[in-house]
Amino acid sequence: MFNAFLQIVRKELLGAFRQQSDILNPIWFFVIVVTLFPLGIGTDPALLARIAPGIIWVAALLAALLSFERLFKDDFIDGSLEQMMLAPQPLTWLVSAKVFAHWLLTGLPILLVSPLLAVFLSLQENTFWALFLTLLIGTPILSLLGSIGVALTIGLRKGGVLLSLIMLPLSIPILIFSTMAIDAATFGQSYIGLLALLGAMLVAAMTLAPFAIAASLRVSVS
Amino acid sequence: MWKWLHPYAKAEKSYTLSGKLMPWFLAVALPTFIVGMIWGLAFAPADYQQGDSFRIIYIHVPAAMMAMGAYSTMAIAAFIGLVWQIRLAEMTVAATAPIGAVYTFIALFTGAAWGKPMWGAWWVWDARLTSELILLFVYLGIIALYNAFSDKVLAGRAASILTLVGVINLPIIHFSVVWWNTLHQGATITKFDQPSMATDMLIPLLIMIVSFAAFLGFMVLYRFRNEILQRESHRPWVIALVQQSSSSVNKRG
Repeated sequence: MFNAFLQIVRKELLGAFRQQSDILNPIWFFVIVVTLFPLGIGTDPALLARIAPGIIWVAALLAALLSFERLFKDDFIDGSLEQMMLAPQPLTWLVSAKVFAHWLLTGLPILLVSPLLAVFLSLQENTFWALFLTLLIGTPILSLLGSIGVALTIGLRKGGVLLSLIMLPLSIPILIFSTMAIDAATFGQSYIGLLALLGAMLVAAMTLAPFAIAASLRVSVS
Repeated sequence: MWKWLHPYAKAEKSYTLSGKLMPWFLAVALPTFIVGMIWGLAFAPADYQQGDSFRIIYIHVPAAMMAMGAYSTMAIAAFIGLVWQIRLAEMTVAATAPIGAVYTFIALFTGAAWGKPMWGAWWVWDARLTSELILLFVYLGIIALYNAFSDKVLAGRAASILTLVGVINLPIIHFSVVWWNTLHQGATITKFDQPSMATDMLIPLLIMIVSFAAFLGFMVLYRFRNEILQRESHRPWVIALVQQSSSSVNKRG
């Protein structure tokens, strides 16, 4: 069972490295969106530092949305999704592997470029670490929630807009707690409690979301 | 009890039962609406702080409560539909969603209209208003998802799954919004402490809540029956029903 998990992750990574623009495009999008805000608002460092958490998190949400299209689409078209359903391993497990691979390819790069953004938006070191930690805990939740939306809309021809309609309201708590944690760090307060809440949400999403994804996939593929 | 409940998994039986129940809901909803409205708007005493503008509470609070009530109905129906594979329960989800969305919109609109004289602004990022707004977004997502599928059986199931995902998420959203609100804005904007209501004000409110609830039941049954007719339009009993009603119309005409 664990073997199947690793196999799927490996296959996803291999496929992505052979077609690198798929990984890079959402990251570029993320960086460009964040760059637009100083251009639109002005370059006052104090103002930028104040609104930075919101900007970065909203940009991360939008970038995640862009990347979801890829998650099950190819597997759906070439039929390997149906094979996954027929496989002896539970579908929830295989789906978790897909989501994990997706996070490695979209969430992790966002983490890696976040120092660059910290420089752009003149963040303090303390604030940056809060940002980094919230992204580390928050982006997997985004991947899990978004996968439910993808699984529901995959059979539809115009699923893209619908996906954002479904997913964005559900991801509001993550946005709220993350930006609250970063704000707390800016004011020099402790933000461990907020991180713990995010962690609780991550654990809940990890346990419940695979079932919702598997059920949705069964609806979409039938 | 199960033996008694079982026949209603059949569309025809449910159709007849809901047809019988519908007039009763309306019979509760209409008189209570008229009584509650007149009592609330004309006879209840004016609030000592808010004057007459508090009277919008007689629409606002029942609508907000039933917005939540409609969602709980949907969540229970979605659970039944997914666990016991009962198609009619999934139809209930689809039938209830637009009504819940309209109730949510009424609650938001009256909330904004109430906010104007009280807070001096149409919109304030008050915790309750915000979570009501997000509830509206969730409703709209469910409706959009349902309409996107051409196969209505799959559509019902997909909408049910999304409803259940939402029901886990909505309390989290609500509490996160409450905390966000208290942290960002503090107590500067009054979350207007509800003064424990005088009985004269409370009774019309309770009547209005009953009225809104009964009307919700009526509308759900109404849309549920339409949903059944649309989905089962190829079944003999529906065809017979249509012919029967059209012939009675001809006789009258």
